[in-house]
Amino acid sequence: MEWLDNFWATYSTLLLSVGTNVLLALSIYLTLACGLLTVANAAFMAIGAYTAALLTLQTGTPFLLALILGALLPALVAMLIGRPTLRLSGVYLAMATLAFGEVVRILILNAEDLTGGALGLNGIAQLTTGFDVAFALIGALYVLLRFAGSRIGRAMAAIRQDEIATELMGLNVRAYKLFAFVLGAALAGLAGALNAHFTFFISPNEYGFERAVEILAMGVLGGTGSPWGAVLGGVVITLLPELLRGFGHYRPLINGVVLIVIIIYSPQGIWDLTRFIRRRHSGKPAVN
Amino acid sequence: MLAQQFINAISLGGVYALFALGFTLIFGVLGIVNLAHGAVFMLGAYSALHAVILLRLPLMAAILAAIVTTGAAGWLLDKLIFAPLRARDAPHLAPMIATIGLAICLSSSVEGFFGAQNLRFPVEALPTETLSLGGIRITWLELQIVLLAFVLMGILMWCLKQTRIGRALRGLAESPKAAALLGIDVEGLFRFTSVLASLLGGVAGVLIALYTNAVFPLMGQPMLHKGIAVVILGGMGDIRGALLGGFFLGFAEVFSVAYIGSTMRDAVAFGLLFAILLLRPDGLFGKATQRRA
Amino acid sequence: MMLRLSSISKHFGGLQVLQEVSLTVPERGIVGLIGPNGAGKTTVFNLITGLLIPSEGTIDFLGQRLNGMASYQITRFGVARTFQNVRIFREMSVMENVLVAMGYQSNYSAASVLLPSPHLRRAQRREQEIARELLFKVGLADQADLLAGKLSYGAQRRMEIARALATGPKLLLLDEPAAGMNTVEKQQLMDEILKLHESRLSLLIIEHDMRFIMNLCKQIVVLNFGRLIAQGTPDEVRANPEVVAAYLGREDEPEIATVFMPS
Repeated sequence: MEWLDNFWATYSTLLLSVGTNVLLALSIYLTLACGLLTVANAAFMAIGAYTAALLTLQTGTPFLLALILGALLPALVAMLIGRPTLRLSGVYLAMATLAFGEVVRILILNAEDLTGGALGLNGIAQLTTGFDVAFALIGALYVLLRFAGSRIGRAMAAIRQDEIATELMGLNVRAYKLFAFVLGAALAGLAGALNAHFTFFISPNEYGFERAVEILAMGVLGGTGSPWGAVLGGVVITLLPELLRGFGHYRPLINGVVLIVIIIYSPQGIWDLTRFIRRRHSGKPAVN
Repeated sequence: MLAQQFINAISLGGVYALFALGFTLIFGVLGIVNLAHGAVFMLGAYSALHAVILLRLPLMAAILAAIVTTGAAGWLLDKLIFAPLRARDAPHLAPMIATIGLAICLSSSVEGFFGAQNLRFPVEALPTETLSLGGIRITWLELQIVLLAFVLMGILMWCLKQTRIGRALRGLAESPKAAALLGIDVEGLFRFTSVLASLLGGVAGVLIALYTNAVFPLMGQPMLHKGIAVVILGGMGDIRGALLGGFFLGFAEVFSVAYIGSTMRDAVAFGLLFAILLLRPDGLFGKATQRRA
Repeated sequence: MMLRLSSISKHFGGLQVLQEVSLTVPERGIVGLIGPNGAGKTTVFNLITGLLIPSEGTIDFLGQRLNGMASYQITRFGVARTFQNVRIFREMSVMENVLVAMGYQSNYSAASVLLPSPHLRRAQRREQEIARELLFKVGLADQADLLAGKLSYGAQRRMEIARALATGPKLLLLDEPAAGMNTVEKQQLMDEILKLHESRLSLLIIEHDMRFIMNLCKQIVVLNFGRLIAQGTPDEVRANPEVVAAYLGREDEPEIATVFMPS
């Protein structure tokens, strides 16, 4: 078992990042699956990270409780802004959530007494273990897979395809959207809380536009047809730069090219590519 | 003092408007949120800078060089990314994700070639004369920036209104299907739009580089945020709205720095944007939408 | 009366789409809604189902005021509809399309899907059975696992009816159900609709095919330019000079005019 210890010592941070990124990908999968283009997830992640980190740093709250509150507070915020915001659709929704994200980042930046402003929070205890992340991940994935295979997943897919027809099937479309948005916010907040407790340091700029776009890329690249798509997207986006380490300076360049190539050759996401293999193994005839 | 601020606001607003015009054109005609527009903007600044430093071209020729480079980039953007995605009937988010990849590619290649540090135009290449008009001081450089921005916008607006290609473009923005039925070369227009939008972004890049005298690989990021803000203000895909929104932001920035000067002003700005979106999704200057049935 | 529209008006900005339209559908009634293109027929459906809000007037259904109610609540009260241009969930199977429409009546909670249980499995299997029965009724049982987008146009229309029935309606609104069907298919559809009617369902039907509607409905309402111009039995409507004029004046639908000729 010694190699395992060595392996963990070398790659623990990377593996923990993969885990929290997959959580983030799952958080945006929820809204994308309803056809909602929201990019507030980086902001929810920030709220979760700061909530949990401040709790453990300044009040000595137990880690578990800090994690729970780190997921609850973003969910609460999502519930408040969701009602007016989710009336928008398409690009307008994306822009509104983007603007909301900037407001959150700038507020954190300016609340210096509480958050340390641009300097960020330093010396956050490294409490997150591999088990915590694995537990959160498996739990989230289990819940979303159960949903996806049930009437809830069906309703979400229906909303994505035709909102008005879904409403006329007697389904409360606004409630479903709000549910997806709030649950997504909770997952993003949890990811932020976990992430803050292994990176030692957080600052507002980690949760800006670039992070929001990265989370969106994980969701879309993976594909919105199944939670497994989000898992794939999260893993690929996190590991790709690591795998390209050998390319040195050209790493980001190749990273960008790979992103473009994947999207051009599989615009429905990577999960869509695996459909062919899945069909063959499940023995069902391909429906086309 | 007030007049001075006014001049500053107009020149900054002109550049914002140019940038936002390109962004809104691609959204209006191709239906794509082009997140690589900031990177193209940066490419324009680097092209002009190196045309001046390496080729020792005069400033105006360097701006031409930037137009050629970013125009070519726009051509490639459509040829290599947008067109294949159109051909595959990709979901509407796919092109946006591809432009994220492109933005990463562009900024990292530029960083690889020229380094991450802040570059400046050589002092001798910039005009230094200052004009004084009744207490207002304006440098030749500022004057040229304003004039160039306005001339370009004037040409663009005239072309959209008066020329055949301009009318075809506006038709395409309103209804791609109808445009195709009318025998308009839709594919050609998409390519043309991408070129036009990119070179507008490129020129904006040169002008900002001259204005702030700072050229660096990530200079497009804050500009992209501002572009998005402008386009929200003006209404997505609305050309006149992008112009008005650009100047609005220019004035808001200059005057809030001068008279409020608080670090909270960005929060206020984005909070306002958020509110505008909730109340008037079609922008401040757009028509209110009716609920569809 | 099951459904009562009382002096309903609707305008979009300055454009008057409906003016003071009153109509009723009796319990177990089968009412036809006809009129030239642009008369405002689909607008009536959109108002009843809450997609549009009336500018003036009231809509009552089984003693419930529907004005201002959300569409999904109206569906839950027992009003279901199909669409003039089919609105199906293309990327789902035919079966799943019908299951979506049964979603709100499930006798298992959203939380209970988290844990596999015998109760859940039974409830889900029961839903599938009901959906299959509905598909059998409209003749789509053997295509249940096909992607809905791959169905023929006529089959998509029939699937919409199955989906509407799955919401458990008391009143069914059909918007041009026979559009794009051939004579044989139309006859089958008519039989299906009559069967539905016999099973205690009330219907309000928009249709351009006059033979179809005259044979099917006991009561017909005629709209022209947003106004109600006639109301009565097929024979009364056929004899109404204003109706004949409304149709005869339209070169775009010459075949309809022949229906009004004395036979």
